Amino acid sequence: MKICVLVKEVPDAAVEKRMDSNSMRLDRSGEKNLNPFDTHAIEAAMQIKEGGAVDVEEVVAVTMGPESAVRALHKAVSLGADRSVHLTDDALADSDVSATGYALAQVLKSESPDLVLLGQQSDDGECYTIGAVVADHLEMPSLTQVIKIDTAADKLTCERQAEYGYDTVEVTLPAVISVGDAINEPRYPSLKAIMGAKKKQLDSKGTGDVEIDASKVGADGSRTRVLAINPPPAKQAGEIIEDEDTNETVEKIVAWLDERKLIA
Amino acid sequence: MAGILTYALHYEGAFNKNSLGAVSEGAKLAKELGAESHAVVVGGDDLTDDLCKTLGKYGATKVFRVKGEEGLAQPVVDAMAKVIEENGQSYALFGGGLLGFEIGAGLTARLNAGVTMEVTAVKVQDGKLVAERPILQDSAIVDVDYVGEPGIIIGRLNAFEIAEGGDGDAEVVDVEVSFSEFSNKCKMVQRGEQRGADVNIEDADILVAGGRGLGKAEGFQLCEDLAESLGGAVAATRAVVDAGWYSYSAQIGQTGKTVAPKLYLAAGISGAIQHKVGMQASENIVAINKDQNAPIFEFSDLGIVGDLNKILPKLTEAIKAKKGG
Repeated sequence: MKICVLVKEVPDAAVEKRMDSNSMRLDRSGEKNLNPFDTHAIEAAMQIKEGGAVDVEEVVAVTMGPESAVRALHKAVSLGADRSVHLTDDALADSDVSATGYALAQVLKSESPDLVLLGQQSDDGECYTIGAVVADHLEMPSLTQVIKIDTAADKLTCERQAEYGYDTVEVTLPAVISVGDAINEPRYPSLKAIMGAKKKQLDSKGTGDVEIDASKVGADGSRTRVLAINPPPAKQAGEIIEDEDTNETVEKIVAWLDERKLIA
Repeated sequence: MAGILTYALHYEGAFNKNSLGAVSEGAKLAKELGAESHAVVVGGDDLTDDLCKTLGKYGATKVFRVKGEEGLAQPVVDAMAKVIEENGQSYALFGGGLLGFEIGAGLTARLNAGVTMEVTAVKVQDGKLVAERPILQDSAIVDVDYVGEPGIIIGRLNAFEIAEGGDGDAEVVDVEVSFSEFSNKCKMVQRGEQRGADVNIEDADILVAGGRGLGKAEGFQLCEDLAESLGGAVAATRAVVDAGWYSYSAQIGQTGKTVAPKLYLAAGISGAIQHKVGMQASENIVAINKDQNAPIFEFSDLGIVGDLNKILPKLTEAIKAKKGG
């Protein structure tokens, strides 16, 4: 079995995120890191590989993004991926969900994976959608927000929480599965793995290498347009108490609740 | 023909509330566009004529009924692609929820269409729909329109209100769909399993909700004690329910319950969007979290930055004392 894990670099959680008013897209400059949700997808791949139920030949991390996205691939490899593929091309800049999904599907086609794993959402765009877009292009079955995977040679048994409770779904491979953060506790990379990550094979590919139709990607290939960026409706800021003396803090909370007649 | 096609999810013979909200919204927008509002349903024999017709009450004039497996997204993508191909609706609309995201995303790829998700409002501008989508933890709202047709709009949970604006029954049209080979490769083994005890949180005036910050399943005892002192019930986030710390029936958010109590006290909850959408209508929101940057402080009325293990027991005692006095 060959597993591809889709990963993404996102602005570091500590960095204030903002929109670029020229491109009308998220300003992706500043400190970046591997999307925390993707670390669960890599861990899921590693657990399948180490689990012994199936023979996993390799785990390949795949990303699309500017040059800096290489760092996310290094991180993915330090967490266990065997090698990585970087789809990067100026033509891809400012792609929307639809265009990004198409481009990722094209690069995945060139790898012919049996299983594609990804995190259920990205820390920046908050899209839960990319897995299902990729799956339709690849004509593979797909499931999102999966929190348990049992692997057999040609199928997976997946569990997830949906609208009416927990669903158990059998999925025939090849398939695209996005995982929820409850699926596992990602491991920390060893120092050796971090040091060795840059030496692992990393293939850089352009749109021409994976037969991407350039008219379908980038700003021109996108099917949505951001017309305006507006501030949210003003909301009165809440009161904040820093707990220094807990007795005092509790007194304040009780007074606050009592004032609103919430202690009956 | 312009027109809006809304997906209506059903389970055990009843439509999903968020779907009814989406059908209502679709009807309202179609009226403004001077177009028709249609719905699509996919399932088995419980999709009776009588049930399907009721979508007329929410403004759908036509309901396309497709026989297929329920609870999975890809058969619905096949169904909606066919209905749109044959009827030319300009927009596909979904209420909040897991399946809507999956179906909308699949349809995006299938029809090479634009998609906007987490939409909180839709407006008509120059004869076209413009979706409003909050981004970056709701710190900004973008207006998005579509290049070409159809445009796909995936609503945020509870974004669209249910309105009985229709006059009479909807026409029910059966559609035969030959499903894609890959759509048949997901098989539902068990659907809607309830995990943990059945508890009622929707009628409680006061909810004490616990999240991952409780540290372990036993941490919920602190919430139970506080809830008891306040005369309220205990709720939970998806993360801790998935981890098996608490009952699914007590879960707030995207794939759980939506509540609006007089007091919502969140302990150790960071305040992810999926949680926020299920409780933001609460009258008073109090949050206790040790991370001062937790998003929940952005929408709480009273925020306490501190260790819940220290604060909750003392708060419980203080409330007991207050009530006893």
